[in-house]
Amino acid sequence: MALKTEEMTLNMGPQHPSTHGVLRLELQLDGEFIIDVTPHIGYLHRCFEKHAEFMTYPQVVPYTDRMDYLASMYNEFGYALAVEKLLGIEVPDRVEYIRVIMGELQRIASHLVALGTYGADIGAVTPFLFCFRDREKILSLFEMASGARLLYNYIWVGGVSRDLPPEFLRLTKEFVDYFRPKIKELNDLLTFNKIFIERTANVGILPLDVAVNYGITGPMLRASGLKWDLRKNDPYSVYDKLEFEIPVGNGRMGTVGDSWDRYYVRILEMEESLKIVEQALKQIPEGDVLSAIPKRIKPPVGQVYGRVENPRGELGYFIVSDGSVNPKRIKVRGPSFVNLAVIGELCKGHMIADVISILGSIDIVLGEVDR
Amino acid sequence: MIYEYFSNLTGSEVLASIISAFLPLFLFILPFALIAVLLERKVSAHMQDRLGPMRVGYHGILQTIADILKLIQKEDIIADQNDKPLFNIAPVLVFAGSYAVFAAIPFSSSYLGSNIDLGLFFIVGISGLVVAGILMAGWASNNKYTLLGAMRSAAQLISYEIPTIMIVVTVLMVTGTLNLKEITELQSGYFWNWLIFGGNIAGIAKYLLIPFMFVGFVIIYISTLAEVNRTPFDIPEAESELVSGYHTEYSGMKFAMFFLAEYANMFAVSAIVVLLFFGGYHSPFGYLGNTLGLSWLVPIEQLFWFTFKGIGFVLVQMWLRWTLPRLRVDQLMAVCWKYLIPIAFVNLLIVGLITLL
Amino acid sequence: MALSTILIGMKVTFKHLFEPAVTIQYPDVKPQLPTRERNRLYVNMDDCIGCDQCARACPVNCIKIETVKSLPGEDLGQTSNGKRKALWVTTFDIDIAKCCFCELCVFPCPTDCIYMTDVYEFSEFERNNLVYDFVTLTYSERKEKKDNYEKMMAEKAAQKEAEAKAKEQSIKDKPEEKK
Repeated sequence: MALKTEEMTLNMGPQHPSTHGVLRLELQLDGEFIIDVTPHIGYLHRCFEKHAEFMTYPQVVPYTDRMDYLASMYNEFGYALAVEKLLGIEVPDRVEYIRVIMGELQRIASHLVALGTYGADIGAVTPFLFCFRDREKILSLFEMASGARLLYNYIWVGGVSRDLPPEFLRLTKEFVDYFRPKIKELNDLLTFNKIFIERTANVGILPLDVAVNYGITGPMLRASGLKWDLRKNDPYSVYDKLEFEIPVGNGRMGTVGDSWDRYYVRILEMEESLKIVEQALKQIPEGDVLSAIPKRIKPPVGQVYGRVENPRGELGYFIVSDGSVNPKRIKVRGPSFVNLAVIGELCKGHMIADVISILGSIDIVLGEVDR
Repeated sequence: MIYEYFSNLTGSEVLASIISAFLPLFLFILPFALIAVLLERKVSAHMQDRLGPMRVGYHGILQTIADILKLIQKEDIIADQNDKPLFNIAPVLVFAGSYAVFAAIPFSSSYLGSNIDLGLFFIVGISGLVVAGILMAGWASNNKYTLLGAMRSAAQLISYEIPTIMIVVTVLMVTGTLNLKEITELQSGYFWNWLIFGGNIAGIAKYLLIPFMFVGFVIIYISTLAEVNRTPFDIPEAESELVSGYHTEYSGMKFAMFFLAEYANMFAVSAIVVLLFFGGYHSPFGYLGNTLGLSWLVPIEQLFWFTFKGIGFVLVQMWLRWTLPRLRVDQLMAVCWKYLIPIAFVNLLIVGLITLL
Repeated sequence: MALSTILIGMKVTFKHLFEPAVTIQYPDVKPQLPTRERNRLYVNMDDCIGCDQCARACPVNCIKIETVKSLPGEDLGQTSNGKRKALWVTTFDIDIAKCCFCELCVFPCPTDCIYMTDVYEFSEFERNNLVYDFVTLTYSERKEKKDNYEKMMAEKAAQKEAEAKAKEQSIKDKPEEKK
């Protein structure tokens, strides 16, 4: 006579120390093993797309900052690229290089948050504090250039809002030299630690065909083995003049596409970003950054889709314009929204403690999921 | 000696034994637990490049007093559906189980709470009270998550007692006695006589024992780390797992009892490791009192050395907590049953063979 | 292999035990902010010409401006970069609780009278105290300007009516003359 078992539903509610933001996960459990995970989102919806219909094009920029608040420069970058495509204007070279430096520094800062909070969820609290200490240095660089630490309103349509202050380039170079040994320290402390490897290798394996079918982009896709990066496959701005590699996961500590691979791809991406920043610092020309900013933005009737490579994946803006100073409709393709959908597939057959590990490796920001 | 002093003072043996068993508790362990709370916060802060508590008192020294005052004046919440007798007894059991161990530990050659012949056996037995207390706490809280946490914790504690006991038996085979005072007396002299370096045995057996004693030390350190629920084995009280484990529903003074019991437990297990392997209260170099001719200074020096070694191991425990991530429950059990127990067993056999020499 | 990675990690933490802390003890020691810092807004009313550009640029509509035309004979003075002021500004409210500190209002100002200072400790106990009123005229003065304006408009309207009537009259008279 077989033993009758029942499934149990457990709610990891909107308030939880480990879900990054207000996310509700409904777990269907069979004993200690998970059968299904359903994410419930919408707790942070702030009607960005509806708001944008009543703002003029320059006024939308502070709103785009606030979607993915950990990588604000890239949100503004994507929006500026999309509207410039619609208007058909070219920006000066100095502006392009400034945008690339800001974007790559922002990528490092965003990955530091992802890695630090991942370690804190697993139980190692010390790397979290080390990551945030290094992130403070990047935020003070941003504060020097734009005036704010987290939500910048710096990259505008047609240029940047102010030119770089004179000591910015020197301090950025000092930061690059300071940060390289810190990555090695983080590797010593967390990445190659046996207990960490036990917790993350072979957990949440994402096969490549499943990833492509779900539309996953960003470090998650690259950790499953595919070399796809918008900076190389569909180059925008001056990325085609800079040399860098695309790190891909190769199953070094377990299978290809597990949580350790996603973690390690992010660490390698930070090193590549340092290389890009160094090259851009050497190549940056002199010029005027305010010359191409139009007085009144009134684009012609039409629609455009502009996309950039966010630290979390492909961020796309689809803008429909009807000839007036307000956009008719802006739709944002947020990478975290698309990446979160795959959590049901990833968690099947694992234990409750692994759900937190897998959620941390997907690296979502609720502001972008809910907009 | 303390016992004789008190029985002379009061004239009654029962009263003397009660006082001498309680004395180390109030004079030493309770202040230590209070200091250890602050020490952990400061040590962890400096490891993470920050400062820790700085506002209360000079550089935060009075922080624990502020914490204790806060906990005392909190409301004692007991939910309606809780099992009241069990809910109230559980913290008392955990507290008693952790603190009763100190009655049998010799702090210096004249300061032993009670000189039991079965000292080690008593210590291992009394630690079992803690398991009962945790299970009661988890069940009486009437909460799905605390029950899960308490059962995991009970499984962890019971499994990790086995390597502990095996290493204790290993040391027993070398020394031949369970009486803690005699074990420490066997390690008197210079540090070369400490059990981790083979003990007081003459001949080649001493040198053969050294690697196996070292392995035994590592195993007992790891398994006692799991006994006190410290990272990397702190699943029962982890904050980022489901909830805060078996002491979620407790507030105020009862929570303070769980808290203090954890720190006292930390010192208790490091005291056991020091006694068994590192010479107890003996100094590694000889006594200042003996060289100066002041023989009353010797027990005080021994107390100092005992405290010094004990706190050293407690600091290593804190260091491990802030460096390592947490193990998952099944991995924790795998470490115990698949790695520690076989190694401890083989160690036992080999040491037994060596002592026959 | 496990033990060696654990020992390497422990060495890192041990090294950090002896490095100085990076914390600043905040209320006693305040951090040094850069010159472009975006904190509380300030309006220099002597320079404001009431052009409404900042209110139109704000994405959250936190600036409220009302102006009144001055009488033809009055002289309101000049701003610091030479423009003549022609409007009395009777209301200039900034709701600093709504402000998102984006600095979009600073750029369009033709006289640079609105700018962001470095004050970041401005909490209040009452929510109403966070609506900042920058106008320097007293309430009676503001009312006076408004009344003056309305009087002038009423006079103008009355004058226009009188002129229109006079014109009508003259048109009525004229055909009589022609006859």
